[in-house]
Amino acid sequence: MGKKHQTPLLDELKKGKWISFVREIERAAEKSERTEDLLGQVEESYRDKVNHWKHGGMAGVKGYGAGMVGRFSEFPEKYPGIKECHSMRIIPSAGFFYNSDFLRKLADISEKHAGGLLNFHGATGNIQILGMSQAEAEDAFQAIAELGFDLGGSGSDLRTPSCCAGQARCEFANYDTMKICHDLTEEYQDELHRPAFNYKFKFKFSGCANDCVASAARSDLAFIGTWKDKIKINQGEVKNYVQKFNVQKYVLDKCPTKCMWFEGDNLVIDDENCVKCMHCINEMPKALRAGDEKGASILIGAKAPLVTGPRMGMMLVPFYDINEDAKNDYEQLKALISNMWEFWDEFGVSRERIGELIGRVGLNTFLEGIGLEPMPEMVEHPRSNPFIKFTEEGEE
Amino acid sequence: MAEEVKKKRLTDVGPHDYNEYLSPMIKKNYGKWAYHEILDTATMVHVSENGDKLYTVRMGSPRLVSGSFVRDICDVADKYCGGFLRFTTRNNVEFLIEDEKNVEPLKKDLEKLGYNPGGIGNIVANIVHTQGWVHCHTSASDASGVVKSVMDELYEYFVEDKLPSKVRIAFACCLNMCGSVSSSDIAIVGTHKKPPRIDAERLRNLCEIPSTIAACPTNSIRPDTVDGKPGVKVNEETCVFCGSCYTVCPAMPIANAENDGLSIWVGGKVSNARTKPTFSKLAIPFIPNDPPRWPGVVEAVKTILNAYKKGAEPGERVGEWIERIGWSRFFKVTGFPFTKYHIDDFRLGETTMNYSAHTRL
Repeated sequence: MGKKHQTPLLDELKKGKWISFVREIERAAEKSERTEDLLGQVEESYRDKVNHWKHGGMAGVKGYGAGMVGRFSEFPEKYPGIKECHSMRIIPSAGFFYNSDFLRKLADISEKHAGGLLNFHGATGNIQILGMSQAEAEDAFQAIAELGFDLGGSGSDLRTPSCCAGQARCEFANYDTMKICHDLTEEYQDELHRPAFNYKFKFKFSGCANDCVASAARSDLAFIGTWKDKIKINQGEVKNYVQKFNVQKYVLDKCPTKCMWFEGDNLVIDDENCVKCMHCINEMPKALRAGDEKGASILIGAKAPLVTGPRMGMMLVPFYDINEDAKNDYEQLKALISNMWEFWDEFGVSRERIGELIGRVGLNTFLEGIGLEPMPEMVEHPRSNPFIKFTEEGEE
Repeated sequence: MAEEVKKKRLTDVGPHDYNEYLSPMIKKNYGKWAYHEILDTATMVHVSENGDKLYTVRMGSPRLVSGSFVRDICDVADKYCGGFLRFTTRNNVEFLIEDEKNVEPLKKDLEKLGYNPGGIGNIVANIVHTQGWVHCHTSASDASGVVKSVMDELYEYFVEDKLPSKVRIAFACCLNMCGSVSSSDIAIVGTHKKPPRIDAERLRNLCEIPSTIAACPTNSIRPDTVDGKPGVKVNEETCVFCGSCYTVCPAMPIANAENDGLSIWVGGKVSNARTKPTFSKLAIPFIPNDPPRWPGVVEAVKTILNAYKKGAEPGERVGEWIERIGWSRFFKVTGFPFTKYHIDDFRLGETTMNYSAHTRL
């Protein structure tokens, strides 16, 4: 069977050592004929140097306002197979752990009900099935639900939370990232399926300050594992590392607060001055381990550039006792989240992320609004300008 | 006569229980891992407090994969891993192996199938990226094609450990920047440089004027009367071509075949290790789209990588290296011109000036 469309430009991208997405689209087209037309349209984009999708469009399943992203071809007559080319978002298994049985069934669904193409995973962390028409959505949704999976977030809602591999496969994890990610996704399903926010809101969970899911760069509420007590030192293993590489130069001298030094052969750490950056533990994992009083820092407000510029997550709660709160069904955290969402709902405007709202009204107003006290950990340094707005209650 | 029982429609089933997908060794050692060691660029081992060893073999993926790809990795997982596998945040596949004997045969099988084991250690990590022309309506460039071109050229750095530290490259096809693009060692970002075009008639039917005006970060969209009917106008003097208005209003397309391209950003980092997380900073404001292989972009990334490899101390990320040598020297060693576009004139831009006498002459 010959190719439906000639794709000389895309064919160039089948060469080379790195795995080829063009080959993947072709393999999908072998199982799902409609995807031939995707190759045709993408080739046309390569020729014209512009995308050929219409702007947005509606797609979805009954009872949900989220979980599908509508996509329509600009040339439906020329490429009927992708006239509708929607994607369906599926909440991943926490930590992206799967087994072959589930993945095979999902591959079958993607070929039966869509274009046979998937993303593992989208930028937020959903599994995505690409190339679905509205008429197929309900059957695909039911087939996915029968596997025990549900649709993810999209639009102005709680986006699908995501987390690192955590305690399942990492010694650095200071809390059970997968459990809280799963539990909060379950808890806030309604917010996820039925958009009612000003704009998107993201939770991400990283077990330590290495932040493998980039929580503080791209989630409105980032949970970064940390600890309160002393780093545990195995002096014997420290000595082994000293034999292997220049520990002074590559570990101690790189400590951001210079809180560690050698006394004789023994490593000493001034734990009160440690900022839990993870560098020394990363470099000498056999010798150093985080303390036992574990929890998470909560950072707020990270987002990409649109509309008022990118923001990094900023410290909101220096130490959240996640393990204790988990015993009470996250009562404390849920109260904090509820206060935040109420404040955002009341004072935020359309398409304003919570970080942008804080930037607009000021951190003090936000803290008062959600009932948190100011703390020095929240700032890089105190103000250096004298324009202080004194208030009656501030003088009490 | 039995009545047909209508199957109950499933809804709100919620997230799947991940415990079903944890291998017996992972279940046993959950929260009890003691340390890990990197064995080569494709392999690491996690050792638990009781001595159990879990091997991980990582391989790259193009993120956009076929059902056949999924079946391939499932076959490998069934053969060597009891069917258990996972994905990483950067779209790699990880095979979780309990029996050390299976590590090398698994890697050989992957290579036989044409896949790319690698991506661990001081390497160029798999490039996280967006949908591009393959599936996005706001894209200023393709994503997968640029990524493929860059990774083909840098392939040796995915499979060999020979950089001062890890280098994370990310790609976004517009300023929406899906993914953590703006905090990467090297970021490639789809960029427009012409203002949106206004289709007044479609705008009246499709767009809400106040939200269209509110979408603009520079207040460049104003209400206007077009043919006696309500509409908007764009102040092209102040427009920064971000495309935010098109996101909310389909009648303001900004994609422009002749004027869209890519910008290159450097020195961002997500991890808190040593230094605080930082955004990537502008290296090259614009490189025109040049499909199918984007040679200008590939060359720019290689130039940065080579300068970094030559100049950085072991353990320094790209941003830490630049911080140490200074931005003036970064532009000198890469040969990239410093232009007016590198000076930040957006909100908070004035906080980025050099308020000191420190200078490298």
